[in-house]
Formats: sequence, structure tokens, C-alpha cells
Amino acid sequence: MISRRSIRSLALPLSLGVALGSCVPPPSQPAAPAPATSATPAPAAARSGPRPLAPLTRAEENALPSIEQTLVRPPGLPPPITRRTPAKVVIHLEVREVTMPLADGATYTFWTFGGSVPGPMIRVRRGDIVELHLMNHPSSTMPHNIDLHAVTGPGGGAASTFTAPGHQTQFTFRALNEGLYVYHCATAPVGMHIANGMYGMIAVEPEEGWAPVDREYYLMQGEVYTTGNYREPGLQPFDMRRAINEDPAYVVFNGRDGALTGTSALTARVGERVRLFVGNGGPNLISSFHVIGEIFDHVYSEGGSTVNTNVQTTLVPAGGSAIVDFGLEVPGSLVLVDHSIFRTFHKGTLGMLRVEGPDNTVIYSGREVDEAYLGDYAPQAAAGTDGAALQPGEQTFNGVCSACHQRSGAGLPPVFPPLANSDYLMADKTRSIRAVLAGLSGPVTVNGTVYNGAMPPLANLTDHEVADVLTYVRSHFGNRGDAVTVSEVAAVRATLVTPTPSGHP
Amino acid sequence: MIPAARWSSTLLLSALLASAATAWGQRAPQPAPDLRVIRGGEYRPFYRLTGRERVTVRAFALDAWPVTNERFLAFVRANPAWQRARVRRLFADQDYLAHWAGDAELGTAARPSQPVTRVSWFAARAFCEAQGRRLPTEAEWEYVARASERSPDAPRDPATTARILAWYGRPNATLADVGASRPNYWGLHDLHALVWEWVEDFNSALVVTDSRDNQGPGVARFCGAASSGAADVGDYVAFMRYAFRQSLRGSYTVRNLGFRCAADIAPGE
Repeated sequence: MISRRSIRSLALPLSLGVALGSCVPPPSQPAAPAPATSATPAPAAARSGPRPLAPLTRAEENALPSIEQTLVRPPGLPPPITRRTPAKVVIHLEVREVTMPLADGATYTFWTFGGSVPGPMIRVRRGDIVELHLMNHPSSTMPHNIDLHAVTGPGGGAASTFTAPGHQTQFTFRALNEGLYVYHCATAPVGMHIANGMYGMIAVEPEEGWAPVDREYYLMQGEVYTTGNYREPGLQPFDMRRAINEDPAYVVFNGRDGALTGTSALTARVGERVRLFVGNGGPNLISSFHVIGEIFDHVYSEGGSTVNTNVQTTLVPAGGSAIVDFGLEVPGSLVLVDHSIFRTFHKGTLGMLRVEGPDNTVIYSGREVDEAYLGDYAPQAAAGTDGAALQPGEQTFNGVCSACHQRSGAGLPPVFPPLANSDYLMADKTRSIRAVLAGLSGPVTVNGTVYNGAMPPLANLTDHEVADVLTYVRSHFGNRGDAVTVSEVAAVRATLVTPTPSGHP
Repeated sequence: MIPAARWSSTLLLSALLASAATAWGQRAPQPAPDLRVIRGGEYRPFYRLTGRERVTVRAFALDAWPVTNERFLAFVRANPAWQRARVRRLFADQDYLAHWAGDAELGTAARPSQPVTRVSWFAARAFCEAQGRRLPTEAEWEYVARASERSPDAPRDPATTARILAWYGRPNATLADVGASRPNYWGLHDLHALVWEWVEDFNSALVVTDSRDNQGPGVARFCGAASSGAADVGDYVAFMRYAFRQSLRGSYTVRNLGFRCAADIAPGE
């Protein structure tokens, strides 16, 4: 219930001052006098967004009820706004530089809004007046500020909130546009401030509110550029070169590896509708946000007002957002990822939404079949599947042997010896059976050429398969030998030291 | 030229002149124990002032270390107007020397050889004047900050940059004593990675009128716009120094902001 008008009035002339957005490069030349045409006032609709917003006089603003917003840690967020009239929402946001876990065993000195990464969600209604106090803790090393993308005005508040350690600033803005907006520190070097964790989001609800859901969660993706690699233990310093090269050691949800897994997983129940407020602090990478095992029923693309339906993966720009919702029909763990999937496996973009409740096997059956699939390894499948019937053993030869010995049986001298017209093969039937079952290593002389390689044991072939493939090889490729029988193979297999059960793995 | 009236002792003056002479190798070196002589020169500033491609710095002298608690304690004992309870709010905010045990007492939270911090620009200026010195200008400070241990002009020395950036990655522990780090080319200790330091014109490059107005060119020094006009966008350490200075006003005191003093010298005297 603090209204320090004298301080706020300092911020007002900003809109008349140098009209440089904090993220807009200034013109290289001083601005030339504006041509007469551009002096024409823009239509009112263009100034206030797609739908007209009732103007507010200073007297009306002063009469608004003042509400101090209670900030909560992510993935929590303030509850939906139920009032249908504007208010003045007062936010006290403290900047702290704190050392926190980045992964198990690894820590990092984060620069934070509110002591968490991302900073706490701010939630207001379109048309509200927002009075924002930024307090920079005395222990801070650096000055900081805040640029809220929901602000209409130069710098998004950055210049008005530029705050030395141990000091505080304040500014006020009107939330003209609805949507989900990123806020971040904009102090130079800005990328380092963002990479160190200084980002969060402000949700500006439409005047009529968003459709009610059963649960809401708040998560933001962000990169961390450490000298050590992913999960390397110890206090990790910021690596400037990696940041410039856009080569993060970590890409995580909510500030650390595993922030949304295990006991910290998000939860919901079958039959509920869940809304995720998804942001991307960046500072560099675009997120391909995806929930494994769900389809987004609705996506407010880029956090704006256009609703897409039936979306598998939605792009979340660096410094941007998306609002997604989906109904939960079946139980299980849904996996939240950036579908630039190496980031999930190697850098940390992995979260969990654990859904509890009764199965619905009409929608998702669970595992109905779990049995061996032999494919072209199956001898019975080989015969007669197409017009030209394969010889017994030919399928096994093509699938197993030909990778080295080639389809022609000619081998690849000097690495893989030939089976075609092969004196070594034909000289000793039992030796050939043992070679298939137990492998063959060391020098052998085939047709006058010495081969010194290693053939792996193929003991997982059945006796029948071995008999067929050897019979096939011994009667093709210019060879003229007799058949190999199943009992001959079984006899050799019995002599091997460690008989391997037949059958495919 | 040294305005002689500003010197508190002729002894100091002669010591200073002797140290100045070493820069030109004309007389026997006899430097003042806490001053280093800096040769004049010119460089391309990190942020250009209008119409100035290069900044020229005349020869000057600079304290080898940041001012310590011990020295500042002696100052406030001799100048009670600068004691915590007596200083005017206009000249120092409510955290001025807040970590000291008393008005003229350091206590356990402030070691004598630590750099003095939580001092305003006004207080730092008064201290230097009492020594017959002055705060360095931003141009002077940035000039000597370009030095590595071996070179007077190595603003992008990777080892130095990495060391300073690592400083920001460390938790906010208690301050080290002055002089613990290796001196740079000029023999100056602790320019980086101990405390920030006041300069005489800490916001002149960024603010048009006075330090209460934040609508000057500084408005453009945020986010991506901060890289516009910077001589070297890879010099993160310089970005941070300029950002820090820009956040200050003359009465501000900060837990990790101290200062050191400079003195004029003139060749030929």
C-alpha cells in the first residue's frame, strides 16, 4: 500500500526522452527531425493492442485498489485472477547473487530474481497498473535491472530500475497487452546476466481470464555456460568463450539439472486439464518444447493470443514463451523435453509430469505383445515369402555372412577371406562348423593368401541354421561339397567348452 | 604542474617528484612507498566520448593499493565530519561504513588491511584531498586497467580476463587484504577482482547533466544496445566496470566499492 509518487514521477519523462528500447540498437546517427507525415498521431487502436483498452485517468489510477502480490517459487505461480476490474499490483522483487546446485555435485553462482531460477512468476490482468520495486541485495557484486517484455516504454523498465548493490528502485507501468512475457536483467554484458539466471516471466491475463484448468505449472528453459562439462563436480565458473560460441554445458528447465524430476516431478491426476506456462530465458538457443506422450490441445503460440490446436512440438524463442494445455486421459510419467534431443540426453532438458489414476486401455493399452521377432533371421520366414523361393541357408548367408564375405562369396582380400572356390573351406567340414560356432582367429591361408583376422562366434544360430547355411555355402559359389547335417553341427557344438544355448538373443 | 598549496607536506612532494623522475630515468629512483608513476599515453577508450577516437592520458601517479580501512580510520579520526554518525546524508547514504564497529573503530568485521568499502564518492574525494591527492579520472583508471602483468596494453589478455570473470563466479565471501594479488605492469595491485573503485568522473561518459538524471546516453547502455559504440564487445570486464559506475550516484555506498588516490605530476619539474 505504498504509493511513492515522487519516485514514480521520475520514470515518467522517460517516454519523452531518448526513445531507445533496451533491446533495440540505437541509430548510428542522431535522429533527424521527423518528417511531417510521421508526426501524425497513430490511431488509438494501434496504441493499445488488438482490442481497445479503456483509458485510465490519473484520478482513476489513484483510486485503484492496491494489491501486494505474493511471489512463489517455480514451478508454482500465483493463482488465476478472479477479479474483473483493474487494480494496482505491487511487486517487490529482490535480486540476489547466490551459489546453488546446478547438478548433483556441481554448483554455480547464479544471479537471481527472488533467489530462484527462473525468477518468480508475476501475474496481473490486462489493464492493471503494476508498481515494481527492484531491490539489489547489499551482498551483490554487480548492479542489476529488469526489462519486462510486458512493458510498453523505452527499455521495458531497464533504465528506471538500474540498481547498484544495496539499493532499490521503483517504476510503474500499465499492462496494455495480454500474453505471457519474459522479463530479464538487461545490464551489460546482458548475455552474461541472463546466462547467470536473471530471467523470469510475467503473465498478463486477458480481461476475461484464461479458460479455467485444474493445474498450472511454470517452467523455463535456460542455458548455463560453465568451464566444466555437464555434471562435472565442483563450483563452476562462467565460461565466456563457450557463451559466445553458443556451446552450453547445460540446457536445463528451472535452473538446474533434475529440477523437475524425481521427487521434484510435476504431478497431476487422470481426468485433469493441465496448463504449462513455458518460457525460454535463452540466452542463445531456441527450444523445441515437447511433452512425450501428450499432444497439446491448445497452444498460445509465442505466448500471444493466437491459439493453435493439436500441436506435438512448439517453438519457444529465446526471450519468448508459449502457453500450452492438455487433458490427461491415462496415467504414467510424461516427459518434458526440448526435442533438440541431444540437449535432453547430454545437457539436461528433462522434466517429468507424473500422472496418477486409473488406466484407460481403450486409449492406451499398455504392452500387449512382448515376444521375439526374428525378421530375416527366421529360417521359416525365408521360404516362399516371394515368388523366387530362397534356398535353405541363403537367407542366413545374406543376413549374417555376406556382410564380410560378400554376396558373391568372394570376400574382401586381404581382410575377409573368400568362401567362393575356397580350398580352406572345403578341406575340413568339421573345422568349418567350428569356425561358425566358435569363431576363428589368427592366420589362415585361403587359396594361397594369408588372412590374419578374427571372425566372431555365431553360436546364437541354431544347429538347423548352421547346417543350412554351410550346406548352402558348400554347394554354391563354385564349391561342390556335400551337405552339412544338423547332427554334425550338434556334435561339434557339444565339443565346445561353453555350449551356448541356441536361439537368437 | 602541481599546485603546491594542495600538498600537505613538502616531504611527500619531493618523494613524488623523485618517483616521477624514474619515469624518464633522469634521477636516482626514490619512489614514494605507496605511489606508482604512470607514463602518459593514449588509447582507444571502451566507450567513446563524442568526437574522440582516442583518449590521451598525461603522466600521473596512482596509489599502488586501494585505500585500506586503517588509512580511512586515521582520516575520519582527523576529520570527524566524515565519521559515520556525523556525515550528512547528502554526502553518504545510510550504509556508509556500516560494517565498522563504531564511528572511529573498525571492530571485528573490518580488518585494518582490507580495502575500505561502503564509502561514498564524496567521502573518497575528501580523503584524497586530505592527502594532497585526488581521485583518478575514469580515463586514467581505464588506462592503467589495460595492463597485464607484463604489458601496459593488454586489455584482452586471456589469463587476466579469465581470472577476473572467475571472481564473479565466486560466492560473496569476505574481502581479501590489499596487495594479495600480483602487481600489474605499472606495479599496481588489486585493480581487478578485489573491489570496484570510485573515479572522479564516474558517470560523465554516460550522463548528460548530473548524476540524478538517468536519461542521458546511458539509457542506451542496456541489453543489446550496450554493445553499440563499444570498442570491443568481447571485453566483458570493461562492460561490467562501466555498468557498475553507471549505476552509482555520489552518495552511494556499496559493500564492494572502494577507491585509491591519484596525484598530478609534471615532467621537467
